[in-house]
Amino acid sequence: MAEPEQTAPAAKDDLRARQANGVWSRLRESDLGYSFVRHPSAIFAAALLGLIALSALLAPWITPQNPYDLAALELWNSEIPPIWDERGQLPYLLGTDVQGRDMLSAILYGSRISLIIGFASVILALSVGLTLGLIAGYFGGWIDNVIMRIGDILLSMPFILIAILISAMATASLPPSLKSALAAPILIFAIAVPSWVQYARTVRASTMVERRKEYVQAARLIRVKSWRIMLQHILPNTLTPIMVAATLNFGLAILSEATLSFLGVGMPSDQPSLGTLIRFGNEYLFSGLWWIVVFPAVQLCLIVVSVNMIGDWLRDALNPKLQ
Amino acid sequence: MLAFLIKRTANAFFVMLAVAFLAFLIFRSFGDPVEMMVNEQATQEDRAALRERLGLNDGFLTQYVRFVTNAAQGDFGISYRNQQDVMVLISERFPATIELVLVATIISLVVGMPLGVLTAVHRNSRLANFLQLGSIVGVSLPSFVVGILLILAFSVSLGWLPAFGRGETVDVGWWSTGLLTPSGRQALILPAISLSTFQITLVMRLVRAEMLETLRTDYVKFARARGVPRARVHWVHALRNCLMPVITLTGMQIGNLIAFALVTETVFQWPGMGLLFIQAVTFVDIPVMAAYLMLVSLIFVTLNTIVDVTYAWVDPRLKDDSAKAGAANG
Repeated sequence: MAEPEQTAPAAKDDLRARQANGVWSRLRESDLGYSFVRHPSAIFAAALLGLIALSALLAPWITPQNPYDLAALELWNSEIPPIWDERGQLPYLLGTDVQGRDMLSAILYGSRISLIIGFASVILALSVGLTLGLIAGYFGGWIDNVIMRIGDILLSMPFILIAILISAMATASLPPSLKSALAAPILIFAIAVPSWVQYARTVRASTMVERRKEYVQAARLIRVKSWRIMLQHILPNTLTPIMVAATLNFGLAILSEATLSFLGVGMPSDQPSLGTLIRFGNEYLFSGLWWIVVFPAVQLCLIVVSVNMIGDWLRDALNPKLQ
Repeated sequence: MLAFLIKRTANAFFVMLAVAFLAFLIFRSFGDPVEMMVNEQATQEDRAALRERLGLNDGFLTQYVRFVTNAAQGDFGISYRNQQDVMVLISERFPATIELVLVATIISLVVGMPLGVLTAVHRNSRLANFLQLGSIVGVSLPSFVVGILLILAFSVSLGWLPAFGRGETVDVGWWSTGLLTPSGRQALILPAISLSTFQITLVMRLVRAEMLETLRTDYVKFARARGVPRARVHWVHALRNCLMPVITLTGMQIGNLIAFALVTETVFQWPGMGLLFIQAVTFVDIPVMAAYLMLVSLIFVTLNTIVDVTYAWVDPRLKDDSAKAGAANG
């Protein structure tokens, strides 16, 4: 440990502090940060989404009730309207459903499931799409043909139809004991399958351009391995359009999950996502229990609107034509 | 041109073969058709005879070829759930879905285009910013949520419009239409609005983008300089030049709308193909699912091919395939 640094610990700390400081100021002074600060709608959307995500993640600690714990539900507490109604009761701020489940707790737990499934399916689609797109664009030839034809076939069927079929088929072929446990992974997969193609096409197109540039030729000349050229040199140069697509697809994934759950081919009733909650509420539409359906619907819309507002801002901010 | 046409058609044909292969795989992997079709008292011999008659003992490829040949003739077999010919079931439901989709498309054009022109012409005004924000909300609202909120407002609270069903229908030939009866028209309003919300915002954003480009061109400036009233320049001269992309988008989106109608049909219990499909999914009624999948894909692929070919005809540069990578996006 007799390195020269030891002789000047103060200088090292100073450097570290300046580096840490540098990350923040660099972020603030970057084009993206500059644009962010000047767009109140983007700031508002980010704050809203952050608040929703935080409350969803902290749901087990801040909600008055665990909505999955059937023992905690009391039937005499059922169908209580929201707190501002004269029949409202504490602690049920947004009222309860027909089983006595606190709506606020159910919504926060449901948002958690919706956000996790949306996020995971985007990550899955991204990793498959980026990998296949890089391979197709870099190597070309028959492998490019195979990957892109599979993509064409997927794009020739409507997105929602593919997701419904995969989810329904996978659930039908499972033994009943596994259905509930595997519902979330199946949904993630069902939403990722039709969405990787867009990433693959985008990355393939930019890879085909980058491949011919001199820095790639140079890397090849000194025998850098193919996968290393793809991952370290080409990939970072293709990411800008991918960032926008991934943000907008995050909103789309949450919407798709909610739609599938609403149709009854998504999350089961013992671990309800926002879509499942809306499906329950839909059955009581004519009995005057409007709060069972309206609050989960509002939460779903708030999430997707804020994601799309961020995506919209990002698309304009990263568009070189608009700068 | 002929070569391009043949190439595109062949392409569409292979895509349909692949979709048929998927449908066939689903057919083979889920449930035993014989078990679904015989009654309780059937003996082992009856089952074996039926199996032989259905050709289930043949090789994989033979069965696939037979599946495709039958499908091409509109024969998808018998529904497991209600023992009726699948094609009859679907063709009974077909008019309901198509009427819903067409009316939704018309609404989206009638509402979306003026909004697009307004936001482009009064750019950066308070109205335009408000509409622009509204379009983000429109894209983000799930169609089933729109449907539920419409039912809550107009059926439950106000009691103005029916919340489910199709009302009375009249048969015109084999086409049963709800457009000719008052109750049929009333029943169509809420589902059509809820199906069109997303499409309205798409049309609006497209028209806005196109108008912004058109308004910069010389002929618009010249028309103004010549003394043509501003409204006429905007709504006649400029708008007319934005129509081509709008027509393309509308054409390509019809396939998507047909698929997405299944969500609207579920909310409003609209007796269309989509509701039939969702019910088939819950009962694992494979023949109906396979037929619906193939029919919707066929419409989808046909529309895309027509758009591609028309574009190549209008703009010969596009015959080069690489120019249109990423043109179609679900």
